[in-house]
Amino acid sequence: MVSFYGKEFSSRILTGTALYPSPQIMQDAIRASGAQIVTVSVRREAAGGKSGAAFFSLISELGVTVLPNTAGCKTVREAVTTAKLARELFGQSWVKLEVIADDDTLQPEVVGLVEAAAILVKEGFQVFPYCTEDLSVAQRLRDVGCRVIMPWASPIGSARGITNRDALLLLRQRLPDVALVVDAGLGAPSHAAEAMELGYDAVLLNTAIAKARNPVDMAGAFRLGVEAGRAAFEAGLMGPRDFASPSTPTVGTPFWHAVP
Amino acid sequence: MFVIVNGERTETRATLLPELLIELSHANAHVAIAVNEEVVPRASWAATTLSEGDAIEILTPRQGG
Repeated sequence: MVSFYGKEFSSRILTGTALYPSPQIMQDAIRASGAQIVTVSVRREAAGGKSGAAFFSLISELGVTVLPNTAGCKTVREAVTTAKLARELFGQSWVKLEVIADDDTLQPEVVGLVEAAAILVKEGFQVFPYCTEDLSVAQRLRDVGCRVIMPWASPIGSARGITNRDALLLLRQRLPDVALVVDAGLGAPSHAAEAMELGYDAVLLNTAIAKARNPVDMAGAFRLGVEAGRAAFEAGLMGPRDFASPSTPTVGTPFWHAVP
Repeated sequence: MFVIVNGERTETRATLLPELLIELSHANAHVAIAVNEEVVPRASWAATTLSEGDAIEILTPRQGG
């Protein structure tokens, strides 16, 4: 089980709800992933529009916990206001906090992120900040009251996997009491397994599932990858060695010391 | 008067927020609202008066990652 702000979940996958070929495939893929938490956004509704209500009924049918995001926000003020609007819409205080510095890299704007997180925690929010792998930023986020921290593996939607493994491992070692979620950049189930092997509590996926040729099957593959990685972490991985070490016993080897 | 609804200049006869929502067919919709970048809780809608040029954001759940 994994715990986020006191709520327990058996699944270690969080999924986004964007970019799927159809609403039906979105629902089927989320079910296949086993995810119990899904991210959503808050966007403008056209006059008389019902698309927001239609989308939300699809999510409600899944019986999952909703994690609204502040995607697209570039300032502290925008992010804080969007979080408050999300709390109005969803009637709960979880928020995936994004403050974005740059449109091309979707690099988290970490100074504003820490500031916005501090404001939101004081206002009673339970914040899931999307951040870089920088230890000092993660420590600041913890210090202002974040109990979940979500560093990127690589840029959002890039499918490049974990590009700074050592830094993610350091975060895990130095923040043992914070729930850590790798958010962004995972492209393959092996990437997700690697994150879990590092001891991360969960992964957040969207593009890698939604843009697969078969999103539903890929969601199932990620489920297996995450389960395998977590099981490996719990089983205790051996450390790497510099030289070979025979696995087959050498005692009793036939022709031992035989000269050709 | 004119107000700005989701970034668009909009002519309205509404003086209270709920009247504007009825004009825009949002009366019972699942929306959250900000006026001039301040969130207006649902409980305060009925008492929220509108002024010329107010910027109103009407927001709803959408797909997100």
